[in-house]
Amino acid sequence: MPNTVQEIVNRFSQLGIELSEKEIEERLQKLTSEFKVPIGEAKRSVVNYFLKEHDIDRSQYYAGSTNDITAIQDINQEGRWVTLKVKVIQLWEANHESIVQVGLVGDETGIIKFTMFQGVTIPEPLEEGKSYLIKTAVTGVWQGKYQINMNKATSITEIEEDVEVGRQTAEFTGVIVDVQTGSGLIKRCPECNRALSKGVCTEHGKVEGVYDLRIKAVIDDGKTTQEAIINKELSEKLTNITLVEAKDMATEALDHNIVTDRIKSKIIGRYYTIVGTKIDRYLIVSEIKALPKITKEAVDELLSQLHTTQTEGSTTHSTLDCVAIEQSKNTNEEAL
Amino acid sequence: MEENLQYVREPAKRIFAQELQESNLTYKEEDDQYSKQYLITQTGARINRLYITGTLIEKENIGNETEYWRARITDPTGAFFIYAGQYQQEAADAIVRIEPPGFVAVIGKPNIYTTPEGATMTSVRPETIQVIEEDTIDQWIVDTAHQTLQRLNDKDNPVAKQASAHYQTDLTRYKEMIITALSAVR
Ligand SMILES: [Zn+2]
Repeated sequence: MPNTVQEIVNRFSQLGIELSEKEIEERLQKLTSEFKVPIGEAKRSVVNYFLKEHDIDRSQYYAGSTNDITAIQDINQEGRWVTLKVKVIQLWEANHESIVQVGLVGDETGIIKFTMFQGVTIPEPLEEGKSYLIKTAVTGVWQGKYQINMNKATSITEIEEDVEVGRQTAEFTGVIVDVQTGSGLIKRCPECNRALSKGVCTEHGKVEGVYDLRIKAVIDDGKTTQEAIINKELSEKLTNITLVEAKDMATEALDHNIVTDRIKSKIIGRYYTIVGTKIDRYLIVSEIKALPKITKEAVDELLSQLHTTQTEGSTTHSTLDCVAIEQSKNTNEEAL
Repeated sequence: MEENLQYVREPAKRIFAQELQESNLTYKEEDDQYSKQYLITQTGARINRLYITGTLIEKENIGNETEYWRARITDPTGAFFIYAGQYQQEAADAIVRIEPPGFVAVIGKPNIYTTPEGATMTSVRPETIQVIEEDTIDQWIVDTAHQTLQRLNDKDNPVAKQASAHYQTDLTRYKEMIITALSAVR
């Protein structure tokens, strides 16, 4: 927030207008805390307010501002060169030789996937939680979503500033219908925290991995599905299996899959409410609760709806359909 | 952004045993063998995947050389028929382990079999079967009652129109089915 205030003050000052820091702060505060507007949206709205107030054109404000940094939410075209100021949120296993790093970066306005190819000018690999200035990356589209690609033309420098990331929280209630591969007892690289594949880190090669527990679950409300990532602490609470117990179990069985199977048996097919941060297609879970027991009131409520709604167009089956159904019933009965 | 370029997982629809048994209308988005098949049910659910719960009351290995398990799972409205062979190994293993009667949840795909005589039989090809607690059964009944009622009340849904044209759906019967199911919740 203080960074955002200062940035707005500075930019308006460049345009010859001195704004009150306090007023900007108050307006941002009101939108973000009272109205739960994401910081990026709030910033945009506050800037627009002052632009109108002082009769300045939007394009004039954004042209040449802070070294032409593009806000992630404004990326809406393929093949555009952009400069971004971002924080690294997550790094994944890169699964191709020409790719150095893959992951997610975010700024105040949103989160975007990036792919870093060989040849990028960068002193050290990106690290999760650190902020960077990425110059001349190019926008692309993958699986219907925008992303940024970093290549030979791109240069990256770490910056002091801690970039605030606009995050979207979401809640979802449904049934866990799947636990995906990569769940259970996993090993991570001690250097970069990436999940290892067969003991190998894509960046650091064969390393002595550090054990971790995580669940990649699919939760489903009958209409849509949501992929969710549940960290060690929540996984332990949810399944009553600690990391230590998981390790013992796997050692005894000489098989890591036993842990995943135990997790599956405890959570698949049950109802939960999860709360978390939306990142790409995942919900990074911060809270998970089993759905409370069904109350008599909930049942009565539904029953009263059934008795009040009038059934229109109620007809009987045609003879043909009746036969089909009767036969299908008979077949079912005989089959067992 | 073109969301449709992305792979979208099919949600698991909620349906009672009676309705599944009485539904046999299939539908494919495109006419090739690789496109997804859907079952359109009496109340207008369009199902490629489903989530059911109930009591596993019988199981039998009907395979010859390789194991092929079938199980009968009941809910308050009728029975679901589950078939699991070597291509549903995890589910088949689960059936082997479970001692009937026991509460289970199944996530799977609807499967319509047509006999040489032309009769149809709708069963479930499981992706996973898990032993669950009774509380979940009650939650599923209420959830399924709610979603079935929503379908019954959604008169503008084109799928429901298609269903009613094919089945001449007797809506009163399906309301009675929901009441029967809810009466089983303790
Ligand atoms: Zn590493």
